[in-house]
Amino acid sequence: MPIFFEKREIVVPGDLLAEGDYIAGENTFKEGNRIYASRVGLVEYANKKIQVVALRAFYVPRIGDTVIGKIVEVGVSGWIVDINSPYMALLRASDVLEKGFNPRKDDLTAIYDVGDMIIAKIVSYDRTQNPLLTVNERGLGKITRGQIIQITPTKIPRVIGRKGSMINVIKRETGCNIVLGQNGLILVSGRSLESERLAVMAIRKIEEEAHTSGLTDRITEMLRKEKKKGVNENE
Amino acid sequence: MTTQSIVSKVKQKRIAQLLAKGKRIDGRGLTDYREIHIETGLIERAEGSARVKLGKTEVLVGIKVETGEPYSDAPNEGVLTVNAELVPLASPTFEPGPPDENAIELARVVDRGIRESKAIALEELCLIPGKKVFIIFVDIYVLNHDGNLIDASALASLAALMNTKTPNYETENGEVKIKSGYKQLPIRNYPVAITFAKINNQLVVDPWLEEENVMDARLTITSEKDGKICAIQKGGSGCFTTKQILEAVKIASEKSQELRKLVVKT
Amino acid sequence: MSKDLPEKLINEEGLRLDGRKPDELRPIKLEVGILSNADGSAYIEQGKTKILAAVYGPKEVHPRHLALPDRAILRCRYHMAPFSVEERKSPAPSRREMELSKVIREALEPSIFLEYYPRTAIDVFIEVLQADGGTRCAGITVASLALADAGIPMRDLVCACAAGKVDGTVVLDLADVEDKKGEADVPFAMMPNTQSVTLLQMDGMLTPEEFEKAFNMAVEGCKKIYSLQKEALKAKYVSIKEAVEE
Repeated sequence: MPIFFEKREIVVPGDLLAEGDYIAGENTFKEGNRIYASRVGLVEYANKKIQVVALRAFYVPRIGDTVIGKIVEVGVSGWIVDINSPYMALLRASDVLEKGFNPRKDDLTAIYDVGDMIIAKIVSYDRTQNPLLTVNERGLGKITRGQIIQITPTKIPRVIGRKGSMINVIKRETGCNIVLGQNGLILVSGRSLESERLAVMAIRKIEEEAHTSGLTDRITEMLRKEKKKGVNENE
Repeated sequence: MTTQSIVSKVKQKRIAQLLAKGKRIDGRGLTDYREIHIETGLIERAEGSARVKLGKTEVLVGIKVETGEPYSDAPNEGVLTVNAELVPLASPTFEPGPPDENAIELARVVDRGIRESKAIALEELCLIPGKKVFIIFVDIYVLNHDGNLIDASALASLAALMNTKTPNYETENGEVKIKSGYKQLPIRNYPVAITFAKINNQLVVDPWLEEENVMDARLTITSEKDGKICAIQKGGSGCFTTKQILEAVKIASEKSQELRKLVVKT
Repeated sequence: MSKDLPEKLINEEGLRLDGRKPDELRPIKLEVGILSNADGSAYIEQGKTKILAAVYGPKEVHPRHLALPDRAILRCRYHMAPFSVEERKSPAPSRREMELSKVIREALEPSIFLEYYPRTAIDVFIEVLQADGGTRCAGITVASLALADAGIPMRDLVCACAAGKVDGTVVLDLADVEDKKGEADVPFAMMPNTQSVTLLQMDGMLTPEEFEKAFNMAVEGCKKIYSLQKEALKAKYVSIKEAVEE
C-alpha cells in the first residue's frame, strides 16, 4: 500500500498522501481509497492513520478546551466572547451568578465589561449552535495582569512540547506563569517586564520554527544567552 | 436580486433516479428541448421585438435604435449594447433592484454570442464616420422564469434583431436628419446558445427550473451558422470533467442547427 | 488615448511579440503570506499582470439572513485598481467586474470544504494592480493560494490559465495585446487531481477542432502552474527549515 511522502514532510492541499486501506486523520480526506491533504502542514504516518499537522489554521472550538477570549458585547442574559474562532462564544450570566439571575438587580457590566479578557472553558458546541463557555472552575475568570499574545492555534502543542518539555523550559528559564489557550491566545505573567519579554520572545520563535527539529535545545540556548546579555547590561 | 429556492430531498432523489434511466421528470430525453414558440413584432413602439416561450420560460426582447457617438477604438462602426432585467414578476426569487450578477451574466453571455459571431453588420451602421452611428439597444426582459433563461434570451434576441428596422436618414452639413421609411437591420450571422446542466454526473440539455435547482453546474455553448463556436460560459459552483466539456461541444453543434431553423426560415 | 496596435502577432519564426513560442507561459512569480492583517494572502506576477489576493474568514455572516444553515458561503470580489490599465478605470464596480467576480467565485467554490463551517462566510478579495491580460485566471491562481494560506481546508488547489487563437495560431496565456487583437480567448481553470474544470469561458470564433486544441493546451499550462503553486506554499517553511536545521 503506497505512501507518497516522508514523515514530517511539508504537504499542501491536494497532495496525494497514500493509497490503500488507511484511515483519514486530521486535515486529510479520503476519496475512494486515496488519502489527500486538505491543509498546508507536516504529514504524519502512524500505523493505519494518516494525518497532517497544520502549519496554518484557525481555531475550531472543542468541548473541554481552555480558551482565552475577549468580551465584545454585554447582552441581556450573558456576554458574547470573541475566542478567535469563526464562531463567537456565549457566556451565560447564570454561569457566573450563583443565586440565579435578576436583570433588574444584577448589572452584568460590573462583572465583565466590554474589553475584558477572560480564561474560560468550552462546555458545549455543535454544528447548530455557537460555543458555550464556563468560568465556573478554578483558574478561570477575568485576567487582571500580564501580557496576552496570539499565535496560530495549531502551534500550541509545539509550545507545550512532549509531556510539557518545551513549556517547562520557558517557565523555568523565565520564571513566568504561562496559561495556554487552545485557541492560540497565551497569557504570560512574570515578576518583571524583562522576564515576560523573554517568554514572549521564546514563544514567537517556536511559532516560526515549529516545523523544524531540535527546537527545544535551541530555545533553551536562546533564553540562556538572552538572560546573560541582560545581566551584562545591568552591570 | 435572485435567491436560491430549496428543493426537497425527495424530489432530488426522483430526478436522479430518472436520470440514471436516461429520462427526465417531464418525460424529455437528455438532449430534448421543451416546446418553443417564437413571436415577433409585438411591441410596435420598439424598432424590433420578439417573445420566446421555451416551455413555461418566457422572455421578451425589445430593440431600440438610437443615434450616438461611436467607441473611440471603432469610429466607423455602430454600437451594440445588451442589457437584461430579471423583473420581480417573473419569479418569487427575483427581487427589485439594479441588475445583480445573474442579470449581468445573462446579458453579457447573450452579448458575446451576437458580437463575436458578427451577427450585426456594425460597419453598415455608421452615419458620420467618427461622429455619429446607430446604437442598437437589446433589452432582455424575463417575464417568467422556468429555467434556461440564457437560451431563451439568446433566441429571442436573435429573432428580435432579425425583425428590427433602422430609420432612413440623410446627412446634411455634418448633421443627421431622419427621413421617413425604414431599412431592415443587416444581419450576417445567426448565433444560437445551447445550455447544459450537469446533474448526478450526467449532462442534460435545456434544464428547466427544478433541474436548475439541483444541478451541480451549467455550461452554455453558443455557435454560429457555420458551426464555429463563438461563446462559452460555465456557470454554477460545481465542475465538469474535461471529457464532459468535449462531449457537450459535439452535442451543442447538432442542437444549434435544430434551433436555428426555428428562427431562420430559409 | 489609444496606442497603435502592432500588425502581426506571430512572426515568421512562429514566435510571439514577447518572443514566446505558442505553447509557452509567461514568467510567473508567486508569493504567499505577504499581508499581515488578512487571514491568508498571496501575490502573483504573470508577465506584466500583477495581482494581490486576500482571504478573511471563516467568520460569522452579517446580515444574518445571508447565512446558510449547513455550510459557509463564499464571497468574492474581483476589482481592478484605477491605475491598472492604460486608460484610467473608474473605481466603481463595472459590469465586467461583477461577471468576473461571479465566475471566479464559482471557480473556487468546488475546491473548498464549505460544509465544515455552517453559518459563516469566507471572503476573497482580488485586486488587480496591473492588467496585461489573463487577469481572471491569474486571480484564481493567486486566490487559491490565499485560501490555503488562510488554513481553509480544500480538496485541491485551483489553477487557471487562458488559451486562445492569435494570427491563426492556437496559443497559451494571452497577453493583453494578443487578447485584443486575436481571434479567440478561452479562460480556463481546474482542480488537477480530479481533472475537474471549474472555470470555462470563451469569446471569439473557433472551430470545434481549434477549441479542442486550445482546451488541451490550457490543461497542460495549468499543470505547470499547479507545481509552481505548490512550491510557493512550501517555500516559506522550507527556507526556515533549511536555515535552522543545518
